[in-house]
Amino acid sequence: MASVFTPKVVTANALFEGDVVYLAADGDWTRRLAEADLFTNEAAAALALLDAEARAHEVVGPYLADMTAGPQGPQPTHFREAFRTRGPSNYAHGKQETV
Amino acid sequence: MYAYTDFDHSFVRNRVAQFRAQVERRIDGSLTEDEFKPLRLMNGLYLQLHAYMLRVAIPYGTLNSAQMRQLAMIADRWDKGYGHFTTRQNIQFNWPLLGDVPDILDALADVEMHAIQTSGNTIRNVTADHFAGAAADEVADPRPVAELIRQWSTDHPEFQFLPRKFKVAVTGSPNDRAVTAAHDIGLRIVERNGAIGYQVLVGGGLGRTPMIGKVLADFLPQADLLPYLEAIVAVYNLLGRRDNKYKARIKITVHETGLEEIKRLVTAEFAARKPLFTGVDQAMLAAITAQFAPPAFDAGPATPVLAASAAYRAFVDTNVTAHRHPDYAIVTISLKAHGATPGDATADQMRVMADLAQSYAHDELRISHEQNVILPHVPRRHLPAIHAALSDAGLATANVGLISDIIACPGMDYCALATARSIPIAQEIATHFDALKLEHEIGPLKIKISGCINACGHHHVGHIGILGLDRAGVENYQITLGGDGTADAVIGERAGPGFGAHEVISAIERLVMAYLDLRTDTSETFLQTYRRTGLAPFKAALYPSEARSDAA
Repeated sequence: MASVFTPKVVTANALFEGDVVYLAADGDWTRRLAEADLFTNEAAAALALLDAEARAHEVVGPYLADMTAGPQGPQPTHFREAFRTRGPSNYAHGKQETV
Repeated sequence: MYAYTDFDHSFVRNRVAQFRAQVERRIDGSLTEDEFKPLRLMNGLYLQLHAYMLRVAIPYGTLNSAQMRQLAMIADRWDKGYGHFTTRQNIQFNWPLLGDVPDILDALADVEMHAIQTSGNTIRNVTADHFAGAAADEVADPRPVAELIRQWSTDHPEFQFLPRKFKVAVTGSPNDRAVTAAHDIGLRIVERNGAIGYQVLVGGGLGRTPMIGKVLADFLPQADLLPYLEAIVAVYNLLGRRDNKYKARIKITVHETGLEEIKRLVTAEFAARKPLFTGVDQAMLAAITAQFAPPAFDAGPATPVLAASAAYRAFVDTNVTAHRHPDYAIVTISLKAHGATPGDATADQMRVMADLAQSYAHDELRISHEQNVILPHVPRRHLPAIHAALSDAGLATANVGLISDIIACPGMDYCALATARSIPIAQEIATHFDALKLEHEIGPLKIKISGCINACGHHHVGHIGILGLDRAGVENYQITLGGDGTADAVIGERAGPGFGAHEVISAIERLVMAYLDLRTDTSETFLQTYRRTGLAPFKAALYPSEARSDAA
């Protein structure tokens, strides 16, 4: 029996700023997880990652991150990904400054 | 202090120009990330969780006011107005943009600083006793040797691709304040029959396999130092395991090869290399040493003793250490205000510290591995003025060596390698015990927190060590007890199962309360009590329900 595929987003860091980015459905990079494209199909996710890896002049280190579908779009399943949506906890820096 | 030669200036400028071109080629797409990554790491540039991070070396922790002001300028202009001082006497900027980094490096070069070899599998920034040149217990100032090693190791053609990173620390004092036993090579300056030499420790390190350095040479004559170091690193370069990153440090090489065999190999290598050193290294050491001549100490007129406030008395009791000159003092400025991020200073605070160093303290500052800033040469008559200025800047916290003077790595708030956060745990411990007003009652107690097994927060040598891990998707904190980073270094003992983030503070409180109960009197420190009683009573305090079920 095939194991159940955990939905995923493609995420990376922007080349210039280092800021966390996500692949959106329109193929652009977005800074907001809510706008990320959530892949529920394993093959589609793997293909999207391959495409992202070819865009080395835009982002660094793309990978697939586990998510669940929530009312506001993808939601992290792990605390590391939750921190990446906000920024550090000691100062209101990073994404939490603007979002 | 050491001043750059023309060679140093042009070397550092050329490296900046080279890196500027590399950044341009990365941005225009000529370099892939795989090609660029080793180049940026060689220049101290990491990509962390939320942004790039630039790690700047503060060689042997020494800097002057102009350098500190420049760090403040960089923090304001290219970062978010603060910097983070690290356990290896570096400063990290957490938010630089890739395209700005060459300009930052040029600004550093303006004040004779750089970020070379603060990362990568090379010999890293050489650290030293932060009280160097000022301590009352010192055999010799360790910084000239540290500077010599820096010059020798920078861009050393044989050692640019070591199996793994390589860290050297030097102390000139029998009271080891540089944690030399936890370094790949630890050097302790010793005196024998009137001659200066080095005790050489090898194979120490923390991380996933913590080990205390072993004595490779008990007394190495001064003139043999560089050829001997070169022999050690050459032997490691050949034997060190490149097949497994986790077994690649020299501590594993020494452990697997055996100290005697390493000694034999190093001795043979040394014999071959020693003739190649024609004495130019010793001439350079002499020239460097002259630049580290102590300042002209001037105690000045005695000032009348004024009625001091309780805050001032606490500050002097806790943050001021005896200087080699009786009318001078060493002032440790705590970067551990209760609830603040350990090791962080704002640009304004950096400027206040720079001004104090320039006005009162022979223009010298130090960064300690414990993430504090030191004014090493302060005439005692200036202590009240310094305390007043520090108070105004939020820098007068009287907690050096106490429970809230916590070492913490950046953890998962910044670090891409971290498995859990460190900073919030440090903040909570500090504010909790400050609220209880117990800090001074508890006395000397070193808590050290790492956010992953790599142990940048030195948790293995904390009296209480805290290691943050990811346990099934939840932050979990393991506690070790009885570690010690001083001359007779000891790796702490793991107390038992870890605690969730919300349980850690009360666990630490139970440990501290157990200590207050167990100690013979107020003069027995936490570490002394632990050594006397062993783990058992502390374990019982940490895991009360287990203790009850055992008794049942």
